[in-house]
Amino acid sequence: MHMADALLAPAVAATMYAASAVTVGASVKTLRKDEATAKLPTMAVTSALVFAGQMINYTIPGTGSSGHLCGGMMLTALLGPQAGFLSMVVILTIQALFFADGGLLALGANCWNMAFYGCFVGYYLLWRPIMRSKLFNKMGAKAAGRIRIILASVLGCVITLQLGAFSVVLETSLSGITELPFGTFVGIMQPIHLAIGLIEGLITSAVLVFVYEARPELLMDVDTSDAAAQSKCSLKTTIVILAVVVAIVGGGLSLVASSNPDGLEWSMFGNADAGYSENMGLDEENYGISSGAAEVAGSIQEKTAFLPDYAFANSDSAAGTTVSGLLGSAMVAGVALLICMAGGFFRRKKADAKA
Amino acid sequence: MDKLSQAQSELREMDALAAADSPVHRLHPLCKLLVTVCYIVTVVSFPKYDFSGLAVMVLYPVILFQAAGIPVRLCFYRLRIVLPLVCAVGLVNPFLDHTPLLRLGNLVVTGGVVSMLTLMMKGIFSLMASFLLIATTPIDSLCAALRKLHIPSILVTLLLLTYRYIGVMIQEVAVMTEAYKLRAPGQKGIHISAWGSFLGQLLLRSIDRAEELYGSMLLRGFRGEFYYADVPPCRMSGVLFTVGCAAAFLAARLVNVPALLGSLFVR
Repeated sequence: MHMADALLAPAVAATMYAASAVTVGASVKTLRKDEATAKLPTMAVTSALVFAGQMINYTIPGTGSSGHLCGGMMLTALLGPQAGFLSMVVILTIQALFFADGGLLALGANCWNMAFYGCFVGYYLLWRPIMRSKLFNKMGAKAAGRIRIILASVLGCVITLQLGAFSVVLETSLSGITELPFGTFVGIMQPIHLAIGLIEGLITSAVLVFVYEARPELLMDVDTSDAAAQSKCSLKTTIVILAVVVAIVGGGLSLVASSNPDGLEWSMFGNADAGYSENMGLDEENYGISSGAAEVAGSIQEKTAFLPDYAFANSDSAAGTTVSGLLGSAMVAGVALLICMAGGFFRRKKADAKA
Repeated sequence: MDKLSQAQSELREMDALAAADSPVHRLHPLCKLLVTVCYIVTVVSFPKYDFSGLAVMVLYPVILFQAAGIPVRLCFYRLRIVLPLVCAVGLVNPFLDHTPLLRLGNLVVTGGVVSMLTLMMKGIFSLMASFLLIATTPIDSLCAALRKLHIPSILVTLLLLTYRYIGVMIQEVAVMTEAYKLRAPGQKGIHISAWGSFLGQLLLRSIDRAEELYGSMLLRGFRGEFYYADVPPCRMSGVLFTVGCAAAFLAARLVNVPALLGSLFVR
């Protein structure tokens, strides 16, 4: 889900940077109040661990493919939303700088799509209400906690990934970069990320349940003392929240599925392990759906784009400039090649002189 | 080589590259950061059909790679996994945009083809510029530059600490995966029965270790921020480099240099 630089128009990238920067500012301010420096090494170690942990392949039983850990949800459960968000920002920055996963300009958008939803939405709307509820309490305290963790992490991963995927589509469409219609793009992205979210949620919940069994005090909003069962959120509110969320997600999905039945099937055949972005629209000639939303997005973009498209006419004069442009580009490429060769020549000379 | 050891060796290689010495390495990190951002913004802001205008932007990374003594080949080798993903983004454009832009004999070049090529070039150029920044700037200097930009110290310190830990963690995970593989031959990944305990064990151990580490950091006088001692003040050369590059990018954005060059020969 990491977006590359070329996918975003500068205006959209700047807006997303601003949104993420405000969230970072707010998080830093909240954290300063409660002695953030003491938390710093733990934050660094957990984010480094999530980074390394995302490289482990988990076999999904019954299939040939494998899944990965969902970083945002795990960091939130261990560190809380603010510290989790900052850790995710740092992970995404390192991925962008050292592994070219997502661009430098797109960093703001990537932080929003993956860190904001995963940490803040995941915590305040899902993790905290579910963990503080008395859901499944009839089964005994320990078992209830375990089930709540599984429920919270699976729902959290699925929903935050859906939101993130939708944002990717929205940002790309607003940037007006690909020719892919909005509806088709949504129809591809959402089902793929539904499958990814489910698997990531299960893996995350497995790790969190292990931590819960061994050291429950490390997790946010987990009752460690049996007496402290003072929950603020009743079962009723939790069920209402869950019902609303399920209705939104289910409704959205069925809408997508009905308008674009092939999308779901395509996602089944798409290999989630092979990566997210490369699946984006490789076989889309067949989709020709024009959607109202795309038109709306287009008209908004017309107003916001401060760098309008070139008016390329079909006239001969335009073709003339393009031919000269082509020739000029070839010349630039030639110059670039010469510079490379000259650099290589001097490097070799230097190496020879040293030897 | 598996993913983990590959990431390990890549991090080590980058550190080695950044520790070298060249005119580019000696530039002030803040100047390099600003110029890189400036470059990427300029590249991305080119209109989608402006293939020839964009072409001239290749010169900045190519020249600086040479000045830094890093072969361009190395950049493409390192980015070989990401490059196809970046290029795949525009693949649909030729199927959706049929506006004819240019006729070369019988060959009709459509808008989709041009916009696909432009998009790929944008992606590749941005990657080259980011790689150049990282290959010539050690992470400590980069963090010092970020502090100069008034990025909150907690974020910068976290970035530096996380970067340092990533090497350790990847090594630990690599050792664990290796051990697991040896005990479970013929298995593709981690079996479902070990999903939780595999990373969970390491997590618990690492959190304990982090707390001890924090104690030792406090004993050495850590007060919530590292001190970046050896960052020299920005010299004239850095200012000139920044202003010169920014002006050149702006000029390249406003004037289609390759088209001008070409029009000398085509009438």
